[in-house]
Amino acid sequence: MDSLTQYIRLYDEHAATICSHAPEALNRLRPHALARLAAARFPRKGDESYPAISIDELFAPDFGLNINRMAMPVDMTATMHCGVPNISTLLGVVVGDTFRPSTSLERNMPEGVTFCSLARAAEIHPEIIEKYYGRLASGRNAAADLNTLLAQDGVFIHIAAGTVVDRPLQLINIFNSTAPFMASRRVLVVVEQGADARMLVCDHTQERNVPCLSNQAVEVFIGENARFDWYDLEESSDDTSRVSQLFVDQQAHSRFSLNGTTLMAGRTRNNYFIDHSGPSCSTRLTGMAVGMADQVVDNFTCVGHHFPECKSEQIFKYILDDNSQGSFYGTVIVDEAARFTDARQTNRNILASADARMYTRPRLEINCDEVKCSHGATVGQLDANALFYMRSRGIPEAEAKMMLMQAFMSDVIDTVEIDALRTRLHQLVERRLSGEAARCADCKI
Amino acid sequence: MIEEKKPGNDDSGEILADATSGEYKYGFVTDIDTDIVPPGLSEDVIRLISAKKGEPEWLLEFRLKAYRKWLTMKMPDWAHLDIPPIDYQAISYYAAPVKKKDSPKSLDEVDPELIDTFNKLGISLEEQKKLSGVAVDAVMDSVSVKTTHREKLAELGIIFCSFSEAVRDYPDLVRKYLGKVVPYTDNFFAALNSAVFSDGSFVYIPKGVRCPMELSTYFRINAAGTGQFERTLIVADDDSYVSYLEGCTAPMRDENQLHAAIVEIVVEERAEVKYSTVQNWYAGDKEGRGGVYNFVTKRGLCRGFRSKISWTQVETGSAITWKYPGCILAGDESVGEFYSVAVTNNRQQADTGTKMIHLGRRTRSTIVSKGISAGHSQNSYRGLVSVAPGAEGARNYTQCDSLLLSQTCGAHTFPYIDVKNDSAVVEHEATTSKISEDQIFYCNQRGIPTEEAVGLIVNGYAKEVMSKLPMEFAVEAQRLLSITLEGSVG
Repeated sequence: MDSLTQYIRLYDEHAATICSHAPEALNRLRPHALARLAAARFPRKGDESYPAISIDELFAPDFGLNINRMAMPVDMTATMHCGVPNISTLLGVVVGDTFRPSTSLERNMPEGVTFCSLARAAEIHPEIIEKYYGRLASGRNAAADLNTLLAQDGVFIHIAAGTVVDRPLQLINIFNSTAPFMASRRVLVVVEQGADARMLVCDHTQERNVPCLSNQAVEVFIGENARFDWYDLEESSDDTSRVSQLFVDQQAHSRFSLNGTTLMAGRTRNNYFIDHSGPSCSTRLTGMAVGMADQVVDNFTCVGHHFPECKSEQIFKYILDDNSQGSFYGTVIVDEAARFTDARQTNRNILASADARMYTRPRLEINCDEVKCSHGATVGQLDANALFYMRSRGIPEAEAKMMLMQAFMSDVIDTVEIDALRTRLHQLVERRLSGEAARCADCKI
Repeated sequence: MIEEKKPGNDDSGEILADATSGEYKYGFVTDIDTDIVPPGLSEDVIRLISAKKGEPEWLLEFRLKAYRKWLTMKMPDWAHLDIPPIDYQAISYYAAPVKKKDSPKSLDEVDPELIDTFNKLGISLEEQKKLSGVAVDAVMDSVSVKTTHREKLAELGIIFCSFSEAVRDYPDLVRKYLGKVVPYTDNFFAALNSAVFSDGSFVYIPKGVRCPMELSTYFRINAAGTGQFERTLIVADDDSYVSYLEGCTAPMRDENQLHAAIVEIVVEERAEVKYSTVQNWYAGDKEGRGGVYNFVTKRGLCRGFRSKISWTQVETGSAITWKYPGCILAGDESVGEFYSVAVTNNRQQADTGTKMIHLGRRTRSTIVSKGISAGHSQNSYRGLVSVAPGAEGARNYTQCDSLLLSQTCGAHTFPYIDVKNDSAVVEHEATTSKISEDQIFYCNQRGIPTEEAVGLIVNGYAKEVMSKLPMEFAVEAQRLLSITLEGSVG
């Protein structure tokens, strides 16, 4: 039995229970997802765009699912250490795949902002859920369909038209299970016309040595002239796997920026699908990964330019040590109609050990002549001359290496527009590079 | 700004349409007797081809094994190409110009029509022989017709002959190297070629010999309803050097013709092989009717220390091109180079690039690929750079640029980079652009008409690759480029 079949069977057996604990809007899409999954299979290592990771293998263990929506205990004092110093956020917590309501969040909610569970949103904004839920993720791939099939709740964020949210929203995803566990995390973000918001997301695992898998699907709709930034930090454990997919639809003149950082994880596959639905959109995708031990970090991007005068920029950087493996598969598609497109893509990688592996596939598909497109990819080491220069001035080798690696990552970190978060990321990357166990500054987790 | 640019583009579209209506000048059919095997493919046909060529038993076995493997394989569909279904049973797998009973002893004995054909192609054997010092092996349809300069080469111990002759005269050498670089299991078209190949060229350069002249093969598909499946095998022994040229043409025909060739190169210690191709198979008419399907497997093995292979290709023809000349850099400090200009126009499709497999220590490779697309064509670069765990200090530099000359064409880049060694340095960069109106305007201002200006700019864009071609080919390649693209403005 392949790994997908076990979940289809599980759904067949427990469909009634799954549906009874979920809002109708989510249940409605399940039969369609099931029908598509019947003919699907998970990609395996070696398939096109999967040189380093097998999705089939990630889903293979017999994970438990929380289909009865049991409350999962979590040490909240520990998670509070995830806060970024010198910054005040609107904080939401997801344990497993359940959003925990909090009174402080309710109390501090600015006008025009809704930040709650999908189940709650189905009650207060049924028309929005109806209009947007599943529109981008449905039918994209087997993992997204499986998420639609099994997701019972999730996170809903709505920013009303013209609302500028000063405080960043923050979402902390926590695994806290003593048995192997799979979470079907679902997020729906609707940023209406002219709105402006930023979102910080971090992933953590509290119980180490317990295999966990997060199958996450995030749908983001950005209205005309709106702006949305998504900062994603993964700092879980060796035994945590993640399949995270971000689907973004951008209307005219909108701006979207993503920063995805993988500092500590077992095996990670991030898919970013960005589509422009109007002219003059701007997209910036940046990402970095520090791979150690047997970690596998795999980023896939696909930016679809369908309208004129849109701009996209991608910068992804990896430092891979030990036996870690990295993969970057970046695609830029420029349609015939997308004149005056400006698309750039950069992927730079450092292999720091003899057993580290890097696979990079920067791709351009261009069907229009009035464009500026470029891509570049490099794989190499730290500059030996720079290292020698620093050592000859009395800087010990280890420190010199650290400084060069920091500098290497800095152009990704510097794209972060929140000062406090930028400083924090510099610190976290430094700690990670110095080989310390992965945890945020004071975190107990 | 945007509004201002639009009218300019519309005009240039017309200029492009005018300029690209140039006829395919190699589209004549030569009226000579041809010995054609009836269409279809089976073990019997393979036995018949083998028998016609009087081949030894081991070669027949090789063909049959390849055929059986081919039956189990599927046509590759991963390329960015729209390939109509091919009926492999409708193709004739062997077409040879009928020879007189005794092989010609001199050029005078060769069919005068044939000599005429080559004259039209601009590669008069006679002339070549006397003036240019290029040794030519001309392959017409499936059979090697005449090899010039054999005696002079023989003095140096160089073997340059048709593949069938090599099988007859040097069976040990052929057996030793055949299928060692491109095994018949390699891919669908390699298996098909290994089963039905009819002729080709064989080159052996002995130790320490520097081949004093360019060796050249001219391929032409002439008979209707036939495919061409030639096979080239080049072996360069220690400290030797050879420069090999390959040119291709085909008559204009409505139906599609299949060309599935294999080129294998083995390079020993400190030897160097330079392989240049000017591919100008018939590309089909403006609506995409007819044209040659060019599905070719080319690979070189740098086996020895400091060996070197340099591929240079100018691809202007073929309805569909599927071709990735590669280098396996097995010897320490071996070098692989790939320089390519691929031009597509009208409905042409090309998916071409290279593979650089770094196995040895301190191996180096350079890839420079220039794609030019016009009309409704699709032009893709697809390349693999792979660094194995043992390839200490491997170095690669890849540059692939695309030039788009119309609003309706496509230029795609699919680089694959797999690095498994921490001391390797791999760089890839790519850009896509069109000819800027400023450049055209600058030329116009100085009295250069738009069409000539485009020719100038395109030639300048491709110069980096053109300069790698041997003199004999550079002129022709430059002319071809102008014919294909004269006056194209995006």
